[in-house]
Amino acid sequence: MDRNNVLIDIKRVSKSFPGVLALDQVDFRLRRGEVHGLMGENGAGKSTLIKVLTGLYQRDDGEILFEGEPFSLSSPQEAAVHGLSTLYQEINLIPALSVAENIYIGREPMRLGRIDWKQINGDARQAIRRLDLDIDVTQPVSSYSVAIQQLVAITRSLEISAKVLILDEPTSSLDLAEVAQLFKVIRKLKEDGIGILFVTHFIDQVYEITDRITVLRNGAFIGEYETNKLPRIELIAHMLGKDPETFSLEQTAEKTKQEKAKAGQTLLEVKQLERKGSMTAFDLAINKGEVLGLAGLLGSGRTETARLLFGIDRSTGGSIRLEGEETVISSPRKAISHLFAFCPENRKEEGIIEDLTVRENIILALQARQGIFRPLSGRRQSEIAEKYIELLDIKTPSDSQAVKNLSGGNQQKVIIARWLATEPRFLILDEPTRGIDVGAKAEIQKLILGLSEDGLAILFISSELEEVIACCDRIAVLRDRKILSELSGEAKEEATIMQVIASKDVNP
Amino acid sequence: MNQVQWLRSENFQRMLWPLMALVGILLFNLFFTPGFFHIEIKDGRFFGSLVDIANRAAPVMLLAIGMTLVFATGGVDLSVGAVMAISGAIAATVIRPDYVKGVLEYGEVQSLFLVLSIPLFFSLLAGLWNGLLVAVIGIQPIIATLILMVAGRGIAQLITQGQIVVFIHEPFQYIGSGFLFGLPFPIILVLLTFTVTYLLTRRTGLGLFIEAIGANSVASRFMGIRERLITLSVYIFSGFCAGLAGLIVCADIKAADANNAGLFLELDAIAAVIIGGTMWGGRFTIFGSIVGTLIIQSLTTTILTRGVAPEVTLVFKAFVIILVALIQSEKFRRLFSGRMARKKVPAS
Repeated sequence: MDRNNVLIDIKRVSKSFPGVLALDQVDFRLRRGEVHGLMGENGAGKSTLIKVLTGLYQRDDGEILFEGEPFSLSSPQEAAVHGLSTLYQEINLIPALSVAENIYIGREPMRLGRIDWKQINGDARQAIRRLDLDIDVTQPVSSYSVAIQQLVAITRSLEISAKVLILDEPTSSLDLAEVAQLFKVIRKLKEDGIGILFVTHFIDQVYEITDRITVLRNGAFIGEYETNKLPRIELIAHMLGKDPETFSLEQTAEKTKQEKAKAGQTLLEVKQLERKGSMTAFDLAINKGEVLGLAGLLGSGRTETARLLFGIDRSTGGSIRLEGEETVISSPRKAISHLFAFCPENRKEEGIIEDLTVRENIILALQARQGIFRPLSGRRQSEIAEKYIELLDIKTPSDSQAVKNLSGGNQQKVIIARWLATEPRFLILDEPTRGIDVGAKAEIQKLILGLSEDGLAILFISSELEEVIACCDRIAVLRDRKILSELSGEAKEEATIMQVIASKDVNP
Repeated sequence: MNQVQWLRSENFQRMLWPLMALVGILLFNLFFTPGFFHIEIKDGRFFGSLVDIANRAAPVMLLAIGMTLVFATGGVDLSVGAVMAISGAIAATVIRPDYVKGVLEYGEVQSLFLVLSIPLFFSLLAGLWNGLLVAVIGIQPIIATLILMVAGRGIAQLITQGQIVVFIHEPFQYIGSGFLFGLPFPIILVLLTFTVTYLLTRRTGLGLFIEAIGANSVASRFMGIRERLITLSVYIFSGFCAGLAGLIVCADIKAADANNAGLFLELDAIAAVIIGGTMWGGRFTIFGSIVGTLIIQSLTTTILTRGVAPEVTLVFKAFVIILVALIQSEKFRRLFSGRMARKKVPAS
């Protein structure tokens, strides 16, 4: 390999945070004129690696070479000087300023002590045209679509002389046409010899645009592969840490044949529900006493599905039938009035209320449904809290302990207890076992099975395939904001799920 | 709950430091201010420094009651001082509608009901405005209420045409300087407002909802708590409390002074809430805020009776507020106790 071609060479870089080894001797090599995908599930270390590279974090160990020279940044500001530009998912432009102003902000060409607007606008027009874009550079950035804004941000990076462009999930808020436009620009930049580091969760996009892929898992370097020589199934296997050899290669189509659902009435029937820009139209049905799993990689639309069903996000089309009756679920309150319950993925931000006690956290949802003027008496509150502390085996010194003092697993149980206290008929669990220890995990899984036997319909979301397979009667597999197929009975096994995720779109 | 549990409970712990500060100030006066605790009964009315402190603190106590709830939702209401001025200006104008035109005759005597209800209605409206900006439009509370803090005083001046509207209206003056059950009427008003607010928040689900919203509004919404409606109501209530406080001040001085009524009192109210132990966004204690107000007022009275020069008063006040706030801070206490603990180690 031509060494001169290597732009960035990261060698055995490690970074740890208190209690976590975020990067464990990771290698990464970016060459001139290539698009290099950085892949991995949540917690794999992708963003830590980018932050170490751009100087936001300091590495603990290892070496980084930039064009063959040892390279170390103490702050992100220095990165720009070396020609290292990073574009994040959220666009760092000033919406009210014009495209030209945004491109040259901080480095405006001056003439006679005043800003030379003619030159700014002229230069900006040229710079934008280099990306085959024809827009009015004097208009404010906010008047353009997100995709155009991305391109403007890229233009700005290039104008600061970028040799390396880091794109951190640039496509997650773009629609198909916009992605195509962005990719056109990326290909052009590649021809100009710029090295592009591309982070995304969309498998299709990785195969469309990248030349090489580096896979990280749990902070460790798994391997660097040439994209066209890496079958999708292997990529997914590497990301999830499964051995591809063990996959049975039977036809997926045969396996996805619907098994007759468990004898039980249909509780919820979703038809063509969609939300533009976040979830492609899907059908879904769930029976009483059934656990329906949602499997897919991070960003595949699992949480989006849950949020649509619980009314946190409004759908832009489709219908929901609840026990055969057409129902509009426009807010969490509405969902709760239909006896829905939702344990969100972000326990800390969306689930527990840290400063309140265990008792208060448990009774809050029930009290919210009862309304302000029908308060639960102190005795009733304690009864409910004690009942669920015992039932779920929540480890807390007393029910008046602040929830923030509990361990992650026990906090999760408190949230589940909160919803069980409302006696729901449909429970959505989004990653209920993430970040909690093995023992608590097993308990929660057992609890899920027990609840479904009592007739509760459960939507179970998890990144861990074993868990989904063990707990669920049926599994809907998602990729790229789309439900691809449903597996049940014999067909629900890891190999099949991974094959479905890896399958190419028949009609993209 | 038995006694030991109660002493260890979070509620009591939070109240401990403010109460100690108040006791400290009172003890100081016991030794250094003769007759501080002396209470006289004249014509069945109580007189004395203690009654005086509570009476003077009444307007700020009302503000602090409203502010406590706003604080608990994670907001702040900077406009209460201006709303006081508006409320007073409207009351005086209702009593003497033509005064600003230079007509000194009173015309017919306005009913007390109108003199009270019209200003309070507009105070509720002011609160509604704040609440809409914060809860519905989503503006930062400090910015949203700053609008009315600045504009409100202007509105009050427009109402009084920049004049100080003096008036005589016996029934209305009772609000500011009357006595009931031997106590100044403002104190009775505070007790009433406190009791109603306490019952409304602690004997219903409301208090818990407010704390939940303040501590985690997203989680609260996901639980089906009407987070917007409650936030909106809390600002309306704060406006109402400010209006009531404005009426007391106006009735007490028998004039509406749009420039000075309630000036900077929003800061006193905020200080009282913080000293009282209410967290910004989360747990609140109305009683604590009452204690906080008493601390500030008894401090002011103490300084004045000690003959400290008025210029120094504010500095002294600031010093004590910083002290109490520091003692309240868990981090600060830990720093202090940590040092003490370390010192003890070599000795053992």
